[in-house]
Amino acid sequence: MRLGFMLSEVGQGLKRNLAMVVSIILVTFISLTFVGTASLLQLQIGQMKNYWYERAQVAVYLCTEVSPEAACPRGAATEEVKAEVKQRLESTTLAPFIEEYYFEDQQQAFANFQEQFAGNAVAQYVKPEQLNETFWVNLYDPNQSPILTESFTGLSGVEEVRDQRSYLDQIFTILNTASLVAISIASLMLVSSVLLISTTIRLSAFSRRRELGIMRLVGASNFSIQLPFILEGVVAALIGSVLAGLTVLVLIQFFVQGFLAESLPFTSFVGLSDGMLVVPLLIAAGVLLAAVASGLAIRRYLKI
Amino acid sequence: MISLQKVTKKYKGTPRPALDQVSLEIDKGEFVFLVGSSGSGKSSLMRLMLREDVPNSGSVHVLGENLVGLPARRVPFFRRKLGVVFQDFRLLPNKTVSENVAFSLQVIGKSEGFIQQAVPDVLGMVGLGEKADRLPNELSGGEQQRVALARAIVNKPAILLADEPTGNLDPTTSEGIMSLLNSINLAGTTVVMATHDFSIVDRMKKRVVELSHGQVVRDQVSGGYGVKGQA
Repeated sequence: MRLGFMLSEVGQGLKRNLAMVVSIILVTFISLTFVGTASLLQLQIGQMKNYWYERAQVAVYLCTEVSPEAACPRGAATEEVKAEVKQRLESTTLAPFIEEYYFEDQQQAFANFQEQFAGNAVAQYVKPEQLNETFWVNLYDPNQSPILTESFTGLSGVEEVRDQRSYLDQIFTILNTASLVAISIASLMLVSSVLLISTTIRLSAFSRRRELGIMRLVGASNFSIQLPFILEGVVAALIGSVLAGLTVLVLIQFFVQGFLAESLPFTSFVGLSDGMLVVPLLIAAGVLLAAVASGLAIRRYLKI
Repeated sequence: MISLQKVTKKYKGTPRPALDQVSLEIDKGEFVFLVGSSGSGKSSLMRLMLREDVPNSGSVHVLGENLVGLPARRVPFFRRKLGVVFQDFRLLPNKTVSENVAFSLQVIGKSEGFIQQAVPDVLGMVGLGEKADRLPNELSGGEQQRVALARAIVNKPAILLADEPTGNLDPTTSEGIMSLLNSINLAGTTVVMATHDFSIVDRMKKRVVELSHGQVVRDQVSGGYGVKGQA
């Protein structure tokens, strides 16, 4: 069958089922937008993990006057405790793992606290004596934090050794769950779009059964009978997935780069180059799904 | 040209076979009437010759192809060598006369140049040259059947199968269709026509194959519709 003739058949089919075609476009559009956003979120999580894990420090919190009895039976840390911690950090056992460390006294901690919680009511009640003196340690390899935990936990005068990554992990778990939820919603919608495509194609074939009968009688090959229907589904899904791709790119450009990146200047966000990686995959997935769905639908409808 | 050997066709749920050990030979250039009452097996026979169905046993050879063993993907190419017309014309209502004829050539991939030449030629031959741009519902029944005939022969088939082509037409119109079928036959195409119309069969004096209860009960050269002597 000639290309021009086939394309005009496809066009007629699309026009005839306009409402169904629009619904295919919308469903593939929305589901693939979800898929695209979720995969970008995954990329973003990966990037943030790299970025923050490298900067994550291990905090050695010293006892204060208000520390719980169980951790600090002897009350606030003395100068000897500080000296002991410092000495251990510089000892030959620990020094090779440590990139750098610094000491934060209660006044500095108070200043940081006031800055962090500016405008929050808690900033007015807290006093410098209530905040821990802290040794902040940067390791060469953040994965080796257990070494520090082991050396300092139980040392009298040390309240707690805390790896900042444990806070980060909570955030990443939340983000990860969000992206998984988005992916599950998207896959449900993809299932419905596949079913919608096969229903539409069957409807389209039914409304053209007269033509199909004649095509079979005059000896049109099975392939040339089926191809216009498959193309019909593919064209509709292609429009939907291109729309989804554009939406993802617009989201990156204006929401992520335009809004998020400006309000959180020290975080690296996914950029258009990541989008350019995701969008072709989205479009390919949309087209492939539509081709398979409509191919199967028309094959079952048209037993020659 | 067409050869059936001991063909039996049963349909599910019916105890009696639609065709029972039917053997039939049709040669090149013949004009054959298939007659018989409803349910005698005429339509089943036509369906087998068109490879819309395969028999339960026996062999069907048409145009050198063994239709029983023909793989499904080769069926379309076999059908391109055949022309078919039906009682209900089977035209596309939203296409004009010439588009209807052109459609059958377009779907088998003929070039636009060939189509532009062949379609007016064949429409002229069936006497519809003037009405090429009309829609089917603007034509009389006889004219619609002429369009269907034009579509069936535009690809110059070796065999034309006609399943009650005059069934919906009045006698005068039928006569026009029959003379057209006759001239197609004279041009060398083998014509097989299933019909109930005894006046046509009696007048044409062609070979008659009568089916009854799925069996060939009469095969007569230049016969009439009824049993010999009663016609």
